[in-house]
Amino acid sequence: MPSLVSHPDEVKVVSRRFGMGAAEIDKYIELDGYKAVQQAIANGPAWIIDTMKASGLRGRGGAGFPTGMKWSFVPKTSEKPKYVLVNGDESEPGTCKDHVIFLHDPHAVIEGTMIAGLAIGSKMGFIYLRGEYRYLLKIVEKAVADAYAKGFLGKNIFGSGVDFDIITQTGAGAYEVGEESALMESLEGKRGVPRIKPPFPAVVGLYGGPTVINNAETIANAPHILLMGGEAYAKLGSERNGGTRLFGISGHVERPGVYELPMGYSLRKAIYEVAGGIKDGKKLKAVVPGGSSCPVLTADEIDVGLDFDQMGKAGTMLGSGGIVVLDESVSIVEFALRVISFYQHESCGWCIPCREGTDWIKKTLTRVYNGGGSKKDVDNVQYLAENMMGRTFCPLGDAAAMPTLGFVKKFRKEFEDYIEGHKAGTPIITVEQLVGAGH
Amino acid sequence: MSTVANTIFSPELAARFDHLVTIYPLRRSALIPMLLYAQDEVGYISEAVVSEIAQRIGILELDVRNVLSYYSMLRTKPAGKYNVQVCTNISCMLRGGYEILDHCKHKLGIGHKGVTPDGVFSLEEVECIGACCWAPAMQVNYDFHDDLTPGKVDVLFQMYRDGQGKDVK
Amino acid sequence: MADVTFIVDGKQITAPAGTLLIEACKTAGIEIPAFCYYPGLSLQAACRMCVVRIEKMPKLQTACTTPVAEGMVVATETPEIAQARKATLQLLLGNHPLDCPVCDAGGECELQDMTFKYGAADSFYAEPKNHREEQKWSPVVYFDRPRCILCYRCVRMCGEGMDVFALGIQNRGSSAVIAPNVPAQLSPDDLAHVDCEQCGMCIDACPVGALTSGTYRYKTRPWEMNHVATVCTHCGDGCKTTLGVRSTSDGSEIVRGDNRDKSGINGDFLCNKGRYAFDFANHEDRITQPLVRQLNGELKPVSWEVALDLVGKKFRELRDTRGGNSIGVLGGNRLTNEEAYLLQKFTRTVLGTNNIDHHRTADYVAFAQALAGQKDRTASLRDTLTAKAILLVGGDPTVQAPATAWNLRTNVRLNRAKLYIANSAEIKLRRQAKAFLHLAPFGYGALAGYLGGDDTIATSAAPDATALASFREAVKAEEDLLILIGSELRGAELKKLIAFGLTIPGAKFALISDYANSRGAADMGLLPDMLPGYQAVGRASDLATEYAAPSAPGLDLLQMFDAAGKGELSALYVVNSNPVAKYGVDAAALKDTFVVVQDMFLTETAALADVILPAANLYEKAGSVTNSYGDLQQVKKAGDRAGVRTDFEMIVRIADKMGANMRALVPFGKGLRADMGQTRGAQSGEADRHAVWLTAQNLEPRLSPFEQLAILDEVQRLVPGYNILRLQLLSGNDQHLEPAVAELVQIGVQTARRDLVQPAADSLFTSGTLGRYSTMLSDLQHNESLRPSSLLTQIQTAAD
Ligand SMILES: Cc1cc2nc3c(=O)[nH]c(=O)nc-3n(C[C@H](O)[C@H](O)[C@H](O)COP(=O)(O)O)c2cc1C
Ligand code: SF4
Ligand code: SF4
Ligand code: SF4
Ligand code: SF4
Ligand code: FES
Ligand code: FES
Repeated sequence: MPSLVSHPDEVKVVSRRFGMGAAEIDKYIELDGYKAVQQAIANGPAWIIDTMKASGLRGRGGAGFPTGMKWSFVPKTSEKPKYVLVNGDESEPGTCKDHVIFLHDPHAVIEGTMIAGLAIGSKMGFIYLRGEYRYLLKIVEKAVADAYAKGFLGKNIFGSGVDFDIITQTGAGAYEVGEESALMESLEGKRGVPRIKPPFPAVVGLYGGPTVINNAETIANAPHILLMGGEAYAKLGSERNGGTRLFGISGHVERPGVYELPMGYSLRKAIYEVAGGIKDGKKLKAVVPGGSSCPVLTADEIDVGLDFDQMGKAGTMLGSGGIVVLDESVSIVEFALRVISFYQHESCGWCIPCREGTDWIKKTLTRVYNGGGSKKDVDNVQYLAENMMGRTFCPLGDAAAMPTLGFVKKFRKEFEDYIEGHKAGTPIITVEQLVGAGH
Repeated sequence: MSTVANTIFSPELAARFDHLVTIYPLRRSALIPMLLYAQDEVGYISEAVVSEIAQRIGILELDVRNVLSYYSMLRTKPAGKYNVQVCTNISCMLRGGYEILDHCKHKLGIGHKGVTPDGVFSLEEVECIGACCWAPAMQVNYDFHDDLTPGKVDVLFQMYRDGQGKDVK
Repeated sequence: MADVTFIVDGKQITAPAGTLLIEACKTAGIEIPAFCYYPGLSLQAACRMCVVRIEKMPKLQTACTTPVAEGMVVATETPEIAQARKATLQLLLGNHPLDCPVCDAGGECELQDMTFKYGAADSFYAEPKNHREEQKWSPVVYFDRPRCILCYRCVRMCGEGMDVFALGIQNRGSSAVIAPNVPAQLSPDDLAHVDCEQCGMCIDACPVGALTSGTYRYKTRPWEMNHVATVCTHCGDGCKTTLGVRSTSDGSEIVRGDNRDKSGINGDFLCNKGRYAFDFANHEDRITQPLVRQLNGELKPVSWEVALDLVGKKFRELRDTRGGNSIGVLGGNRLTNEEAYLLQKFTRTVLGTNNIDHHRTADYVAFAQALAGQKDRTASLRDTLTAKAILLVGGDPTVQAPATAWNLRTNVRLNRAKLYIANSAEIKLRRQAKAFLHLAPFGYGALAGYLGGDDTIATSAAPDATALASFREAVKAEEDLLILIGSELRGAELKKLIAFGLTIPGAKFALISDYANSRGAADMGLLPDMLPGYQAVGRASDLATEYAAPSAPGLDLLQMFDAAGKGELSALYVVNSNPVAKYGVDAAALKDTFVVVQDMFLTETAALADVILPAANLYEKAGSVTNSYGDLQQVKKAGDRAGVRTDFEMIVRIADKMGANMRALVPFGKGLRADMGQTRGAQSGEADRHAVWLTAQNLEPRLSPFEQLAILDEVQRLVPGYNILRLQLLSGNDQHLEPAVAELVQIGVQTARRDLVQPAADSLFTSGTLGRYSTMLSDLQHNESLRPSSLLTQIQTAAD
């Protein structure tokens, strides 16, 4: 079971109940559980959406879209039923924050789903967990069953006259299914291939009905926001980046773990103070700041605040909040190859630039890694990545191209030196190991 | 259509499937969970599984195959009783994921997607399993094991061999 | 929808709002490259070839998914766009085998064209390409995986277009692959196969050479063929098919059938028969020499001169000794209109009898009579694609008239047309139907009565009374209903249904028959009691005034064999028909009859003949045919076989050998006088009329009696309804004709006849007698027999 960590700089909102046994419904109720949803019923949809807008909460799934605004896009009336879909596919390498939410506070996700449902006028919510999270699915399933048993879910919730049902769903191994439209396809029993947008899910989503899709952490924040007030939540964070978020700090740090830090918190401090600095006293080489899709930052680029806007300005992204720390011993060539191997494996294959681009970058980097590279290969990798950027059907193509571009641009010399030094071919690990993943 | 006469599944699973197809706005939404749960019971997605699930949902077998071949957890060949899935993605790689994988290969005498001759273990190198902060990590069936060292792996293997391992389903 | 105006490459364009940019551009003459986009199929946005720059949009946009909007400013060819397309092509080519020199699609490949255009041929990948063996999915469908660019056209074509869903996409990422519905592990030969309708539409849609056809693979190169656009010889839909022809030592051989220009009446569609079943021409059993039965009973090859002489002499002798009415003539459903017309004229004026008939596959006589005096009430095949509501009573277009079925599916899918079906079988098209009424066996007549208001026969129409009632209600509420009728409805029942239909404002009708020119055979008067254009024999008409035809109705097909059995039939002349097999005729019945058969093969009928004349088939001649709907199209000569002759030529030559007046039979040569029809003697009057007509039509007289156009001239002049637009016909376009029966004819004679309609009952892989000689169709039947076609029938209507 994942160990809990803590640090004085943490501001615990969504992680407030972690480690307190809140997976049990009675404990959850004791800790202010299911109060927010009753407030939501009492105050109505407009109030919920206004509060969410005021909170400045931005989607924790990666793109950082303002949640209140997303909810407000759903048409008031609709011929088809509306749905809430909670994205718990969490598969971005370096990310394990939803994991701890499902483990320690599943009812917060349930309550948040109900709130989202009330806000948009939906009667049914889905909580989709990646297939690997079976033990977490069991926890969530039990929580849902307990909520039904208490009469919190089902017909006429809290005497509101409104019905609300929640269905839990398992995936079966596919990163791309985390993309919202592919997620809907998967939930409809299909291949995880994204849909053409527009129409956006808020208008035509699950089963053709208007649908709000949010990350599990985003959703788990909703009850807290309603209880503490939108402005109070917003104040915890930085400008236009309300509140706090869970950061999973992993890799070469002394105290890896999931920490809840205010938005805008310094990346340097997160690494050196919160996570205890670089493991074994080594030197920092680079940071992948928000899951593997985010362009890498070099050791001297980490004086930046952890929010969507500041990270954007720094040429990277806040992404999923998974901060992966690389010490001086890491070969960027190997690291870049491992990253592209992931995207090559996870590309759904629908569109040409991503399907073929990830494959060719992987093949080329494999050869480079294996000692058969030339400087032209670095150009080729850059050319391929540049020609994938912005040209693919869904953002996975960009997610593969962006970090690749980051590596070859910021560490070009290392690639060239590697090619020089490995003419004879002495890879650190075998190609088979690297290329084998998932095949 | 929801109940199937000569089901290949256990009565419990069959009953579960009977129910599952009814809870969604469209029956087809039950497809992926059914495939995974069927695999949990049968060990893999056999032709018989494909056929019965197609029948239960009311879609073509081709549709079932199209979908099942997309998801990396679904397999069409048997695995070991304990399927060892070692993550080598970035966070794990940085903390020794490949060493763990190598150790497993060595210990079990099999490679990626291999099955031990006694059928007890199979091995897979997998992508990030969402345990990055507790890396290196692996899953045995659905059970997570993190902060691994080769020594810990040995203990785990012994545990499973002795039938002491947890088996989440 | 309202029009919007926008700018593409500096050019102002107007198109209805909602039009896809790629289509709007195409209409305006701006071609945007596309792999995955295919008009009418669902959108994919997968290939990213159609990217364009739209002002105010951050990224390049796909023209195939962007609806045009007012004020939009678009650039379709800029260096940025060219680079994006080039990069996409480079990525594709990285794994592409580039075996263009041997690839079937070489020269007709969209990937090749684009590579050329965007200069993407340079590859900078050092890795080996993925090689996979070519797979034979069926006798006609082959798949070469490395060539596949995953545009998913085939998958959509099969699913959305054909409603078969035999192809899927499996695996993901760079391992993604198109997969057929019978996986290797379920196949006796451990190879993947496709269990489907074998239409070849997937091959047609494939932009590259990944899907190739069994008939054409590795046979030749596109530029080594001549391409002849003609009409399919198989079913009554009359699709335009383009035959690829190559010269051989003894003529020219058809090596490919496809639907190249898609300009025909069939639009995008062609079924397996139109595409593959041209190979009967090359069957080894083909007769290429006239055969004459010897005293010992053996058939012996003779020269054309000897054979024709014999037939001519014998016919003349029998006519003169036993009377014209002792001779019977049977025409075929795959003759051209000109041949059919000539045959009946020959029969009526040279043999001097009305004993002429053909194998009827639908009751066009009743159809024409029921619609007598109506205008704009008959539908074209094209209407099946656009009608807002369709009532289909009887028939099973999926197998019987595949193009009709394609159009109906497309119409339902793209235009939300309402399809009402009443059938005693659960035909596949019910999956597209808004309402499907399951009729009682033989319930068609009762249904026709019930629709017309006779509630007493409801129970004989359909077991489900409420379904029946609501069906009638719904149908009656429609306007502009297209009523398609299967050959189950004949005579009085057919008329009853049409009478009901005529109460619906704007309703149009079509009667579905089975062969390429079944309709033409009836229209051209291969009937014992009807002259061309359904004019009853013995009644006054333009035609009758020119014809020295007997005035009493002749023997029909069954009566002829009865007469033969009684020894009353001196001769039987069978032109392109196999009645012995179709009607189960006792061979002994013909023992005293002089039988002449014109055919390609030694059919059951030919086997009883005294003289067999080797005939050319529809792909080896020129002329016109009329499909079930009354759409007239031009047939062009594609193949050529040494030793055989067209039926047209044979009829003319036999008439000549009989000493007939050739100019009276075929109006060729200069008319004597064109003085506006003043009669100067019996003969000149006729010649004059034709000459006058020719002058008025700006047509030149034809020079030889073998010119079918001479007969077409006469058909146009004399057959009501065949007011043909020449330019349309000659430029290869179809035109819709309406039978123009002026008045209701007394039906006394017809009702006395036995039911002469014998539907062909062909499956997807048979085509009458002719089909037996198509190796490809035999292979497909065999292929079909290997697997129970359970996969096909299992399909549910998609729930979403
Ligand atoms: C390739 C890809 C994978 C994604 N994976 C996830 C995921 O695992 N979990 C998640 O919440 N969002 C994921 N997203 C983002 C979702 O598409 C979507 O933006 C998000 O769920 C919206 O929720 P939010 O507004 O609360 O962030 C992914 C996006 C892409 C393009
Ligand atoms: S970018 Fe294209 S191939 Fe890649 S995951 Fe998205 S849709 Fe699939
Ligand atoms: S031949 Fe026709 S029915 Fe068969 S797979 Fe191709 S499109 Fe589908
Ligand atoms: S086989 Fe042809 S049509 Fe089908 S996906 Fe491949 S390239 Fe496209
Ligand atoms: S639908 Fe009929 S006319 Fe068209 S190709 Fe097929 S058999 Fe020929
Ligand atoms: S990288 Fe191994 S669990 Fe995430
Ligand atoms: S044609 Fe537009 S993406 Fe393929």
